[in-house]
Amino acid sequence: MDNTQIKEAPQDASAEGYNTPVATGGKSMEIRNLKAYYGSYLAISDVNMEIQPNKVTALIGPSGCGKSTLIRCLNRMHEVTPGAPRVEGEVLLDGQNIYAPSADPVKVRRLIGMVFQKPNPFPTMSISENVLAGIKLNSGRLNHAQAAEIVEQSLHRAALWDEVKDKLGKSGASLSGGQQQRLCIARTIAVNPEVILMDEPCSALDPIATLKIEELIEELKAQYTIIIVTHNMQQASRASDFTAFMLAQDGPGHLVEFGPTQQIFTRPTQKRTEDYITGRFG
Amino acid sequence: MEQARSRALDAGVSPRERARFAVRRTVNLVMAGLVGLAALIGVAVMLFILGYVLVQGWQALSPTFFSQSAQPLDFDAKGQPIAGSGGGVLMSILGSLLILGLAALISIPLGLLAGMYLSEYGHGKFAFLVRYVADVMTGIPSIVTGVFVWSLVVITTGHFSAWAGALALSIIMVPIITRTVEEILRLVPNALREASYALGVPQWRTIVKVVLPSAASGVITGIVLAVARAGGETAPLLLTVLGNEAINWNPSQPTDALPLRIYDYATQPYAVRIEQAWGASFILIMVILVFSLLTRIATKGKKVG
Repeated sequence: MDNTQIKEAPQDASAEGYNTPVATGGKSMEIRNLKAYYGSYLAISDVNMEIQPNKVTALIGPSGCGKSTLIRCLNRMHEVTPGAPRVEGEVLLDGQNIYAPSADPVKVRRLIGMVFQKPNPFPTMSISENVLAGIKLNSGRLNHAQAAEIVEQSLHRAALWDEVKDKLGKSGASLSGGQQQRLCIARTIAVNPEVILMDEPCSALDPIATLKIEELIEELKAQYTIIIVTHNMQQASRASDFTAFMLAQDGPGHLVEFGPTQQIFTRPTQKRTEDYITGRFG
Repeated sequence: MEQARSRALDAGVSPRERARFAVRRTVNLVMAGLVGLAALIGVAVMLFILGYVLVQGWQALSPTFFSQSAQPLDFDAKGQPIAGSGGGVLMSILGSLLILGLAALISIPLGLLAGMYLSEYGHGKFAFLVRYVADVMTGIPSIVTGVFVWSLVVITTGHFSAWAGALALSIIMVPIITRTVEEILRLVPNALREASYALGVPQWRTIVKVVLPSAASGVITGIVLAVARAGGETAPLLLTVLGNEAINWNPSQPTDALPLRIYDYATQPYAVRIEQAWGASFILIMVILVFSLLTRIATKGKKVG
């Protein structure tokens, strides 16, 4: 297995020509002995996990347990966080280490997209420009028809097309919070990632908008591998196939239990998992 | 619950609480009045200066004042200068534009890049040093800057020039632009940078295409402020561009400038020249006012965030 370099994305921004997002199918990920630091402070320690392709994996745990840090390690976003961040260990995408010395973090992030807690569309761009941002900001050239096609496809996939098709030229900031979040998902889809990371994507949304995102996640997993951080346990049990429970008691954050969601929520093997999901602490 | 609250609000209030409320209301009113008054005084001073300059310089503002360079004064039989004689200040207006243009050419790219460095990359000791030096430089008296450039450029090249003036103004402008750009770029939410990184956009593209456009209006305002500040500087120009009675487009030659001409005419014994100094002052204020107004309109609606 060649772990030393990252394969070119099928539609890499530096390559010629863009196609409509044709998902190549989600890829598996594997986390090996992952440690994340802020300066000398160890935030998460020795996480080992195998993430199945085309499944939804949820990371749950109380605030401060390191689940956001962990997910940011999975597309090398941890290293752009303030506070002297550092990562040890390996994260494999389809067998290739994204922390290999030759791996370019910029390329890694094109293969592993991310949706954030607070919807963050680019305020200076219109809705369609937001969708095309990943391509345009990398100065990919698109003709009019290609651009229109990508915008429509991505917005369709993000279940937003019908709501915005008549106002594609309007600012992304003019949408409601839930629509903005789906716009951010469309923007992520438009660069054709293999994995989509979501860091508490619904925590700023109302229950109806949350439900829409959850339905969307269910549809998206056919084409992408999805990893979602949530502190809403109902959401984890509803929307995910696998669940990882993390905790940072008396030391750095670590993985307590990882398995099929149904098993974690019905017969957890660890006492601490049971305590948490039954609401005894956290 | 609702009943209890309405009782607390109306009936059950003791006279002492009522009195305290009355005092608070009065204090609030007085303080709001004082704050409003302070704002009014600020605006009034600005309007008063503008009005006073206009009244004093009114008679100098003829079409020839804008279309002619300086001419010798004409004197009547009694030896008094004739009103309206003495030409105009065209060479000063064009000279100011030339010097400011050259200064902007030097200091905008330099200040912009330094500001971007401090905001986006500057975490270490070197950045601390740059920031510190920039702050100290903003405090250097402009006459010192003038003397410095005079000894460095004017003495070495052997003559006064627009280049020397532009250099002196740049030394004043660069730290202002650097620090304003840094502060403005820091206001751009980190979420936007992260959104861009997460799409696989490299850092430099993120800065140029996401961070800078989001802060465009603030950045431009900062640049305009620096240009306006430099546009009114007199001391460094005295020692670097010297002044020139004729229009000069050669940057290596002595050049005229509005603040210099104002200083020169205001110290002359003739009423006509002093009037012209007021007129030139009015032009200088208006140029800066119109300039900042135009940029305000041009960048309207492009807010940070």
